[in-house]
Amino acid sequence: MTHLARSRLVGWRLLQAIPVIVGIIIVSFLLTRALPGDPAAYFAGPAADAASIEQIRVSMGLDRPLPVQFVAYVQDLVRGDLGISISTGQPVMHELTTRLPASLELTGVALLFSIAIAMPLGILAATRPNSWVDHLCRAVVTAGVSLPTFFTGLALIYVFYYLLGWSPSPMGRLDFLHLSPPKVTGFYVIDALLARDLETARAALAQLLLPAITLGLFTLAPIARMTRAAMLQILEGEFIRTARAAGLPRRQVLFTYALRNAILPVITTLGMVFSFALGANVLVEKVFSWPGIGSYAVEALVVSDYAAVQGFVLTMALLFVTLNLIIDVIYTLVDPRLGLEE
Amino acid sequence: MTTLTADGASPLAGVRRFLRHLLYVMTDNPMTAFAFMLFLLIVGAALVGPWLVPYDPLATNAGSTLQPPSWQHWFGTDQLGRDVFSRVVVATRLDLMIAVSAVAIAFVVGSTLGAIAGFYGGWAERITGRCMDTIMAFPLFVLAMGIVAAAGNTVENIIYATAIINLPFYARMARTEVAVRRNAGFVQAARLSGNADWRILAFQIFPNSLPPMMVQISLNMGWAILNAAGLSFIGLGVIPPTPEWGIMVAEGANYIISGHWWLALFPGLALMLAVFTFNLLGDGLRDLVDPQRRT
Repeated sequence: MTHLARSRLVGWRLLQAIPVIVGIIIVSFLLTRALPGDPAAYFAGPAADAASIEQIRVSMGLDRPLPVQFVAYVQDLVRGDLGISISTGQPVMHELTTRLPASLELTGVALLFSIAIAMPLGILAATRPNSWVDHLCRAVVTAGVSLPTFFTGLALIYVFYYLLGWSPSPMGRLDFLHLSPPKVTGFYVIDALLARDLETARAALAQLLLPAITLGLFTLAPIARMTRAAMLQILEGEFIRTARAAGLPRRQVLFTYALRNAILPVITTLGMVFSFALGANVLVEKVFSWPGIGSYAVEALVVSDYAAVQGFVLTMALLFVTLNLIIDVIYTLVDPRLGLEE
Repeated sequence: MTTLTADGASPLAGVRRFLRHLLYVMTDNPMTAFAFMLFLLIVGAALVGPWLVPYDPLATNAGSTLQPPSWQHWFGTDQLGRDVFSRVVVATRLDLMIAVSAVAIAFVVGSTLGAIAGFYGGWAERITGRCMDTIMAFPLFVLAMGIVAAAGNTVENIIYATAIINLPFYARMARTEVAVRRNAGFVQAARLSGNADWRILAFQIFPNSLPPMMVQISLNMGWAILNAAGLSFIGLGVIPPTPEWGIMVAEGANYIISGHWWLALFPGLALMLAVFTFNLLGDGLRDLVDPQRRT
């Protein structure tokens, strides 16, 4: 019964994502077509003459009515065609897929880092209100939301690269001494480990550390604040008082009873955290010359390569929707209340 | 006659009570008082900064490039010999102007849409909700990048993009605040005495939903400043010689690995201080308007 109920909930949630995806596609279509100025001139690039602009207008179908263009746009998307990047001459889709693992590796490690720090911090702060841990938590939360990511990154580079010399030069995923490992997952650290190349894995990890910490510090604040608030609220609950009165061990009360319930609002805020993290990812990639899709978009912006930028925006939005879906599915799976509704 | 004097006295008494409460909040929480002083400092720098700075923020000086901070140049000089202190102070106006305009547009448009959605419900609510969901479906900074890239690389478009990504917060808040008051006693009283819908919405419900929105505005300002600075950091909007914090950090970034830390540090600190001030002020305002949620 509960198994069926859960899978039905998950299915319902998947259906709800459809209008959102339709909205995203409409917005990204509007961003490319219906804005002031001549899209054909945009896509032809600044050096194009009138004849080549006209040629692009016809080849992109910009002379046809807007609804027809939209259908063509959706058909292109289904075939995975995001247009040609004018700066590199490569299909945008190809560029994005080769660069995506770098961004995912960075964001993933950053989120693991910030969850590993923020959740214990929030739990400790909630169990010991007004202690030094609580004050530390509050300081971290307030500072965390005020720090511009690009500034934290530069400060870390100055201290750990220039002053202390602990960190390798902040230029990309691997220094020139190492060859990139054979591609399996696209994540350098994992690929190097799979190839049993410990030296390369260590070098890739060293390159990854500073940018991941920079991005992680940015997402620390919302997770810590939410964990603390949720734990505080749950710990005041009557079932916790009952569990304590029944003489259950402190550890069991805290982790089995309190944390399992407190984790739910934290999972919900992860959606907002992802939104911030994916945006901040662009800035961190620029600071550390990280060859992900964010720095690709920044380079494309500088040379007015619009197909590349719009492809990037669409990819990020779809990635964000997918992450939100995963969060919601996890939520359905871990919610202890759902098991009791028989 | 007595009612008239009572009516005449009550606003004044209200103002006095508000001021007493303001004084109480300020003295009770020193952080709020501190934030308020910082806020005055920032606004002061934005208003009169350009007349106070010791050097012309655009004047280059080939004789003194990349000088570390000294008594002559408090924050040092940059790669073209421009005084970093003067540039940081003068930049306050532009950064604040972008954030204030963006938040103002987002507040006016967002709260109007949200208030209509919350008051009438039905289709108005569904369409507004769907549009806001679509905006929120994008990572917000990335959407701002896309908008500026498509609409053109100007300061105005930075403002519009920042306003658009802030819209959903105001629309959602206004919708909830209006919806809970839709059938309140004072609304029914106003309706019975013959007020039109828009009149009730504008003069009865909206002013009552304003306090929580003010808190949101202050918290949002910090975020808007961060976003705008982030956009100019990646080269959007502001054109180089113009002093602006984000672009100054971006230019200073090239000199960090050679050890010239002051180029990026001081504009970065100014940015941080501004965001920090608005966040603290938001918390203080919450104490002021909503005593129940005091932490």
